Amino acid sequence: MIRDITLGQYYPGRSVIHRLDARTKIIATFLYIIELFLVNNFRGFLIAAAALFAVIACSRVPLKFIFRGLSAVFLIIAFTFVINLFMVDGRVLWHWKFLTISYEGLSRAFFMAVRLVLLIIGSSIMTLTTKPVELTDGMEKLLKPLSKIGVPSHEIALMMTIALRFIPTLMEETDKIIKAQQARGADFESGNIVQRAKSLIPILIPLFVSSFRIAQDLAMAMEARCYHGGDGRTRMNEIKFHRGDSVAALLLIAFLGVIILSRQL
Amino acid sequence: MSFICVKDLVIEFTRIDESGSEVAGTRAIDGISLDIEKGSFVAIVGMNGSGKSTLAKCFNGLLTPTSGDVIVDGFNTKDEDHLWDVRRRVGMVFQNPDNQIVSSVVEDDVAFGPENLGVEPAEIRRRVDEALKKVGMYDLKDKGAHMLSGGQKQRVAIAGAVAMRPECIVFDEPTAMLDPRGRESVMEIVKELNSEGITCIMITHFMSEVEQADRVIVLKDGRLLCDRKPSELFTDRAMIDEAGLEMPALIELRDRAGLPESLTTTADIADHIKAHRH
Amino acid sequence: MSIKVRNLRYVYNAGMPGETVALDDVSFDVPDGIVLGVIGHTGSGKSTLLQHLNGLLKPESGEIYIDGECITDGKARMTEMRRRVGLVFQYPEYQLFEETVSKDVAFGPKNLGLDEEETEKRVRMAIELVGLDYDEIKDKSPFDLSGGMKRRVAIAGVIAMEPKVLILDEPTAGLDPSAHRDILSMIRRIHDEMGIILIFVSHNMGDVASMSDRVLVMSGGRIVLDGSPEEVFSHAEELDEMGLALPPARQIMMDIAGRVPGLKSDALTIEEAASDIRGFIR
Repeated sequence: MIRDITLGQYYPGRSVIHRLDARTKIIATFLYIIELFLVNNFRGFLIAAAALFAVIACSRVPLKFIFRGLSAVFLIIAFTFVINLFMVDGRVLWHWKFLTISYEGLSRAFFMAVRLVLLIIGSSIMTLTTKPVELTDGMEKLLKPLSKIGVPSHEIALMMTIALRFIPTLMEETDKIIKAQQARGADFESGNIVQRAKSLIPILIPLFVSSFRIAQDLAMAMEARCYHGGDGRTRMNEIKFHRGDSVAALLLIAFLGVIILSRQL
Repeated sequence: MSFICVKDLVIEFTRIDESGSEVAGTRAIDGISLDIEKGSFVAIVGMNGSGKSTLAKCFNGLLTPTSGDVIVDGFNTKDEDHLWDVRRRVGMVFQNPDNQIVSSVVEDDVAFGPENLGVEPAEIRRRVDEALKKVGMYDLKDKGAHMLSGGQKQRVAIAGAVAMRPECIVFDEPTAMLDPRGRESVMEIVKELNSEGITCIMITHFMSEVEQADRVIVLKDGRLLCDRKPSELFTDRAMIDEAGLEMPALIELRDRAGLPESLTTTADIADHIKAHRH
Repeated sequence: MSIKVRNLRYVYNAGMPGETVALDDVSFDVPDGIVLGVIGHTGSGKSTLLQHLNGLLKPESGEIYIDGECITDGKARMTEMRRRVGLVFQYPEYQLFEETVSKDVAFGPKNLGLDEEETEKRVRMAIELVGLDYDEIKDKSPFDLSGGMKRRVAIAGVIAMEPKVLILDEPTAGLDPSAHRDILSMIRRIHDEMGIILIFVSHNMGDVASMSDRVLVMSGGRIVLDGSPEEVFSHAEELDEMGLALPPARQIMMDIAGRVPGLKSDALTIEEAASDIRGFIR
């Protein structure tokens, strides 16, 4: 259940995609997300989806693995779908009491759901094919120019490293706490929304306490290993641009052109 | 001079009272003096709350004395200009295997210490590989940290300390959360490191681990109860009881069977039984 | 009260990369009132098995009968099951969440739908059974207690549900020797006073040998040995192959017997070993 979330996990491999510089992948993902918002018709999504699947094929990450990650955020997608379904006015398709579904609503709901699915798959491809350290190093380097205007690029990158590292740990912790409270007869599945929200307290408080304990332990361990901020730090593996990255850059520009063209058609 | 000198050490934790002002709290360490020789293997024992972990954190300046001094290889831990000189010399491995691994991938985590020290990339690579080989985790260097067992995580944590090339490693109950197999593997590595000349300070609740040290320091309520060889501690039942410890199984058996105190090994006891059989 | 487990099978990550068979054809019976020790390495399937016994995990196939009633056919009510089988996880102190000790211990009974009066009665009983002073501790915050006391409070939280089967997963993990002894004698007292089936997991073979009426040994998701401590620990070679130790007393006596022809000992505890030695010498 809760450990099925693959968002933010790394899938070890040596594919073309894996070998790209982290900065290339971060920029590509960022561009892809912008492009998803530029798309204004289903044909555009078709192109975006085709490109995404081409990338997935190159990355050799099993589809199963990617979709399992998607199932974890299914609720968010369903929520977006339902909200759009009922909230958009237009030609009435179906009506019952205060609920109305319009043709425009239905089309909009699909539109948003597809956009969200592509967005999530797109960003999980980045995390699945990039070692967390490379990802955060890439982020740090990309943000470096901004540190002149006071953006703490090193600290942001470190926060990301730690967040990625502790997602699985906290998932496991949550799983354990849920089971422990269930063993004491806690019921998270029935009751109205207020009762359900209240039933989360026995999970949230221990989780909160655990997170603090982890943070305290980790801070201690980092200090013991001479951590003193980003100044004077070196890296075992410096990230470097290769020829593959230039090819990727060309493809990205071409793809951006195609997406912009698809708006006109 | 000894590698670590502790003089009249007091650690007092302040707490914030209801009105928001700081008040003196409990004394976790209440006047301890001791020396630790280079290359030795020292066990520190005592009940929970006796001050063991607090003392351990003084050896590398994670805690600074309220009063008294801790001198590591000539550097006072109070001297902030030399804090990194202290921490580079004294590595530390903590109890919870999960909460001390910083990076998601094994080798990246081991590199964390040397990276902080500003070591050259090629040299970091060398040290990381060497450290991982030493703890037998080289084959798993690309694995995700969360995929490892507790014992394996603890070995990665040791490699992380070793990669900093310390002269001393403080182990704060490194085996408490492991199963027997993990415990054994960690203990083997500790002994191996010690045989290579690294000073090892080990906090533990397991008497079988204490028996393997050169020296054992017993704490109670923040004070030094005794400081001697393990074999000498385990002849002193009054001390064991006072410190809330237990005898190793062999000694317990010897005493309950009414055998002489001079027998300290299985072979001694076997010989005695052979000589005194019906 | 009895437990009957038949052909239990459970697979983690079914159909996914990393699929592992956690339980494979596990069958055993637990008669009323005994103490059952469960041993095996991390990953041997112990924890998975225990979580099946109160319905936290559902088997892929196989049946579990608690007191003759099948709990794996999908009809059993979860609350009813958890009322009967109490499960205390490893490091249970991490599940405490209420403002006061008494409120925390009351969480279980309240979930069972008991009224105020009955709840309070049980909370008092449970806190006293784990060796704490009810009046002194009931209004304290569980977060202000020492590690050992937190653990007792957490165990009280399960006892207050008055289960007929109490399962403890490594109840002494991480404790110092004196707290370890205290928790063991507390467990024995709980078993004797409540007259229940007690199942406990431990890596400490000395504790398993001295506490248990029966011992289950798990390895690779299967039960490989099942019998009295005497029987199980007589399989020294098989245990060694699995990387499991013998109780210290047994190990020492084997070492001594190897050097002293004629000395025989089946001792499992230090006390038994000592009396064997006393009987052998002048």
